[in-house]
Amino acid sequence: MTLLLSVLEQGFIYSIMALGMYITYKILDFPDMTVDGSFPMGAAITAVMISRGALPALTLPICFLAGAVIGMLTGLIHVKFKVRDLLSGIIMMTALYSLNLAIAGRANLPIYNMQTIFDNVFFDALMPEWLKGYQTVIVVALIAFLVKVILDAYLATKSGYLLRAVGDNETLVTSLGKDKGFVKIVGLSIANGMVALSGCIFAQQQRFFDISIGTGTAVIGLASVIIGTSLLKKITFIKVTTSVVAGALIYKACVALAVRMGLPSSYLKMITAVLFLLILIIGSDKKKKVKTA
Amino acid sequence: MIELKKICKNYNPGSVNEICLFHNFDLKVESGEFVSVVGSNGSGKTSMLNIICGSIEIDRGSIIVNGNDITGMKDYIRHKRIGRVFQDPSKGTCPDMNILENMSIADNKGKPFNLGRGTNRQKTDAYKDMLRPLNLGLEDKMDTKVGALSGGQRQALSLLMSTMTPIDILILDEHTAALDPKTAEIIMQLTDQIVKEKSLTTLMVTHNLRYAVEYGNRILMMHEGNIILDKREEQKAILETEEIMNIFNKISVECGN
Repeated sequence: MTLLLSVLEQGFIYSIMALGMYITYKILDFPDMTVDGSFPMGAAITAVMISRGALPALTLPICFLAGAVIGMLTGLIHVKFKVRDLLSGIIMMTALYSLNLAIAGRANLPIYNMQTIFDNVFFDALMPEWLKGYQTVIVVALIAFLVKVILDAYLATKSGYLLRAVGDNETLVTSLGKDKGFVKIVGLSIANGMVALSGCIFAQQQRFFDISIGTGTAVIGLASVIIGTSLLKKITFIKVTTSVVAGALIYKACVALAVRMGLPSSYLKMITAVLFLLILIIGSDKKKKVKTA
Repeated sequence: MIELKKICKNYNPGSVNEICLFHNFDLKVESGEFVSVVGSNGSGKTSMLNIICGSIEIDRGSIIVNGNDITGMKDYIRHKRIGRVFQDPSKGTCPDMNILENMSIADNKGKPFNLGRGTNRQKTDAYKDMLRPLNLGLEDKMDTKVGALSGGQRQALSLLMSTMTPIDILILDEHTAALDPKTAEIIMQLTDQIVKEKSLTTLMVTHNLRYAVEYGNRILMMHEGNIILDKREEQKAILETEEIMNIFNKISVECGN
């Protein structure tokens, strides 16, 4: 039960990040490595704010905005200076490592015994006794659901259409008299805002910031997106964003199972990488079969 | 009206492969003219379209559209008043979006892409009415992703989409070249109908000499960055495909290919 609970908690938290990566990887066709830096940045900002006694709810919009600024910078590097997509992300990711250390002041910042979005006077008074242990999972599920609904709504707007169009066919966006570079920057901003938001919630659930938590974020995000979009492709009645959230949950469950089967937790990143490789191989196998058929 | 004045364009400047395509190239296209442009590969037809659209930069000269100098203007700003259909049918549409969504973004050209709803369901019927005369059955496939359509269907949709909103110039870059002869014929007739209906100033590059002779009210033949033949209205009307073919062969022989 505790295993399931922790899978759900972490899965929902990572699903917010995966939704952000769905924008960059699937919609914009931009492999964005920035997330390895913007995820821990959300955590760093949150840890600092919470340890100074800031209102926990305030961390959410601030982290989103901070992430959006970072995404904008990656976009500017790519669009204005014509640096390749992958490299733009790597440049930002590397720079953010130092920036995150500077924000947190050190490599590890615990926030035990502090009020968070999960544990605060407000919730303690509101939650009935029998729901006490489930507080965290309820809050993260709620936030993940909200983010998904807002993203769905955005993608159905004119601005959202343009975002989808730029990943689909850049030439058309130019033909429509719109600056494709600007649209890409907007997309990267929203995506990294969501990733930083995910890092913010992660820090509050884990009750610490650590400089190493960002390593592998991109891989986890991509794995979730690919699981969600390829494995659940046949179920047409659910939205892609729902599949991505499900993908993140499935992915976290797989990792948890691997750890459960006795692999030491120091191998976590190894499991992450191997699992991602397996997903890619299975995913490309499927494509081949479709082509020859 | 489009005016190209003393355009100079060199490819690969400074290297051994330097090619001077245009040297003091001049062209004036009056409003409402439907110009078909023919010429062999490398004669500068597509480069000329790209120069007007801002897809490639020029070394010297100026580009004037309806009295406004647009020489230094960014390509996407120019496209606000330019409609363009490419040779590749997939360039004019979004494959992952359905027909309704594609038509909706095209309809929104020139207006802000804000947080308003992307598709206006009330307009669906109007869009269907636009698709019905094509006789391609697209009006019953509004929810089908455009990527699932055939090249001809996509090109017909591209053509409709590029002319949905008011534009000053229509640019057709070999837009029937990738289609089978029958579909090409349909697309050509549709083009002619739209151009006449909206009296659009049109530049059409084509390798099909018959289309070039049959459609439009002015014909240009280009060779090595120069216009070697320019006939309008009555002069063009008496022109036969064979005649064009002969000139075409003559310049090809001169070049040795």
